[in-house]
Amino acid sequence: MATEILMPALSPTMEEGTLAKWLKKEGDAVKSGDIIAEIETDKATMEFEAVDEGILGKILVEEGAQGVKVNTPIAVLIEEGESADDIAAPAAPAAAEAAPAEAKAEAPAASAVEQVNTPEPDRSPDWPEGTKMKTMTVREALREAMEEEMNRDETVFLMGEEVGEYQGAYKISQGLLDKFGPRRVVDTPISEIGFAGIGTGAALAGLRPIVEFMTFNFAMQAIDHIINSAAKTLYMSGGQMGCPIVFRGPNGAAARVGAQHSQDYSAWYAQIPGLKVVIPYSAADAKGLMKQAIRDPNPVIFLENEILYGRSFEVPDLEDFTIPFGKARIARSGKDVTLVSFGIGMAHALEAAEKLHEEGIEAEVIDLRTLRPLDYATIIESVKKTNRLVTVEEGFPVASIGNHISAYVMENAFDYLDAPVINCTGKDVPMPYAANLEKHALITSAEVVDAVKKVTYK
Amino acid sequence: MARKPAATAAKAAPSNTSKEELLKYYRDMLLIRRFEEKAGQLYGMGLIGGFCHLYIGQEAVVVGLEAAAKEGDKRITSYRDHGHMLACGMEARGVMAELTGREGGYSKGKGGSMHMFSREKHFYGGHGIVAAQVPLGAGLAFADKYLGNDNVTFTYFGDGAANQGQVYETYNMAELWDLPVIFVIENNQYAMGTSVKRSTKSTSLFGRGEAFGIPGEQVDGMDVLAVKAAGEKAVAHCRAGKGPYILEVMTYRYRGHSMSDPAKYRSREEVQKMRDERDAIEHVRELLLQGKHASEDDLKAIDKEIKDIVNDSAEFAKESPEPALEELWTDIYAADLPQGSAEENA
Ligand SMILES: Cc1ncc(C[n+]2csc(CCOP(=O)(O)OP(=O)(O)O)c2C)c(N)n1
Ligand SMILES: [Mg+2]
Repeated sequence: MATEILMPALSPTMEEGTLAKWLKKEGDAVKSGDIIAEIETDKATMEFEAVDEGILGKILVEEGAQGVKVNTPIAVLIEEGESADDIAAPAAPAAAEAAPAEAKAEAPAASAVEQVNTPEPDRSPDWPEGTKMKTMTVREALREAMEEEMNRDETVFLMGEEVGEYQGAYKISQGLLDKFGPRRVVDTPISEIGFAGIGTGAALAGLRPIVEFMTFNFAMQAIDHIINSAAKTLYMSGGQMGCPIVFRGPNGAAARVGAQHSQDYSAWYAQIPGLKVVIPYSAADAKGLMKQAIRDPNPVIFLENEILYGRSFEVPDLEDFTIPFGKARIARSGKDVTLVSFGIGMAHALEAAEKLHEEGIEAEVIDLRTLRPLDYATIIESVKKTNRLVTVEEGFPVASIGNHISAYVMENAFDYLDAPVINCTGKDVPMPYAANLEKHALITSAEVVDAVKKVTYK
Repeated sequence: MARKPAATAAKAAPSNTSKEELLKYYRDMLLIRRFEEKAGQLYGMGLIGGFCHLYIGQEAVVVGLEAAAKEGDKRITSYRDHGHMLACGMEARGVMAELTGREGGYSKGKGGSMHMFSREKHFYGGHGIVAAQVPLGAGLAFADKYLGNDNVTFTYFGDGAANQGQVYETYNMAELWDLPVIFVIENNQYAMGTSVKRSTKSTSLFGRGEAFGIPGEQVDGMDVLAVKAAGEKAVAHCRAGKGPYILEVMTYRYRGHSMSDPAKYRSREEVQKMRDERDAIEHVRELLLQGKHASEDDLKAIDKEIKDIVNDSAEFAKESPEPALEELWTDIYAADLPQGSAEENA
């Protein structure tokens, strides 16, 4: 049976090339492995080997032809006794194949953001009305969440530097070694890329690791496994290899610890499809979201904050409660302006809202709680009411979460905005050590108040 | 720990150690100790913030190695860096003022305890990410080799840092390219609360170089003369173009990991025993007295001199103003190559 020889792609990016030279003539016998032609691309001249055996029946593209598209038939190989004329209309199949691919490319919806806006925001209460509450710190809430999940599921274990015998560098894992033993509370050497990879491997094999980074600054040593291994494997395996792992630890500035120990990574991780990103402010959220994170079948980045660890909040006194991802919390309602924040940014946003209230401006404060998935619906609904938006976060200003929200709101609620959106962020500088400079590098509630006055033209 | 707690202090100074040399070691080590004690005090008073890692107990390591260095040699270390800076001749005032975050500090107050540098003294930091300084140190050595001079780089890191993967990537390349770098592992037995035994079964840290073809040895880090001798051997190897060398210096930190360390991972007795039996400063003090190189009064005079330097640095550090607010926005990008780049090194 006659076979077509197609113009080969000789590099991943080659789309066309020059058929520099035929090394076989019509009528020559060809064995697999014989060099039949030389093809020139913009990068190199390559030899083109035959894959099949036969007789070079007909050359369709003459030597010297330029701009020959990949997959164009360039010759016909026939078997003994066949004639080249047996083949008809050689170009047709290639063209036909190309068509569906193009059609597919047009299919996705206009927005590149995968998490599609739910038409109605979910405003259901996080726990039933009338639930008894108890006061606890964020630290206790995180510990309790891990403890409850470890009791509930044998496959959950905690791993990291100083999590066991030392009881945690920030005491989040206090008591867990005593309770669960060294099989489930694993002290590691200072080897972040190693234990992040080991945790990821264990998750691929069906365990549910909680990997603690002493701080997220040190997760940069391990970021390759977080992104290239944990976040992408499910996709690369066509859905086979889930990676249920939680990477957690304090994120953002502490106090006076300098540039290498004071960075907010929210926007970094929120950028990655395949990761879920959680950043609680209150203790109740820390608890409910941590339990949810441990149960989630995906890699979850759980960004805590050293300054918040010791703060106390009301937490529902329930045997088991979780908070779903992608559901923002309206921490304070108001009609004049929407403040969107998360993590420690909430402290500044709430403080600003209080000051604004004294001046007669009512701010609605939205705590995103998770950055991926992100609750766009709640933001849009609030902006439709207040017509003004200020975002508040501690991270760097360029390519920030606020930037992303601004773009989204502009695209989806442009007609509702009465003022440009302002993003309040940390300054565009590495964190200085000096007390006075550090204060200026960080975001303050005064800056938020100023921004609100700008957007409300006060 | 492999070392015997024998009273080495009783040994006489080797005949090749001069009185001047011994006095210098005594002075340099004492300066570090008193400086660190003062830093601890200022921290307690709230004048120093954030992380502050004291070097008390480990003084003989840098002082011994600096004695083997020549002008032009470079050094780089971790966040536990105050001793290294004082030992290479950086001013106590500038270091202390950096600790208080003032304009007079080596980084104008912008770096803090963990991040100080001096081009003039070839001190390349001051690094907060455990083991990050190891490839950086090999890179400094790469530059010297590239430029064809005979400088070496002292790259200091801890026993905990020795478990970071980047150390071994660096070992491989440093030996492959014969880089003039001395890897100094300051084995103080603990990485925060994790003892060496709890972090590795391969406890001969210098021995790990063997896999890459890098020679090395273990050194008694509480004996400044032993450190200096080992340093000279390592330096000779590097300067001769034979590539890197590893010194695993066995030492001990008396204080907590940083200022907020509950220190439940070791007993008070363990610490006290080290202080009583192996203290490096006490060792040199006894060599000086027994060798009749100095009298009690001479040493008291030195103590006073050191105390004055340290008090002066603390005063300076308190009085130096906070950096101007405009400094927040400076030094993010260089307008030009900083001085002391390639031409100066060549
Ligand atoms: C990559 C990284 N991981 C963790 C930390 C937190 N940390 C700071 S110092 C330290 C212990 C280091 O011990 P070692 O290397 O023995 O040095 P030593 O403190 O004893 O001088 C740890 C875990 C860090 N700074 N960087
Ligand atoms: Mg150590």
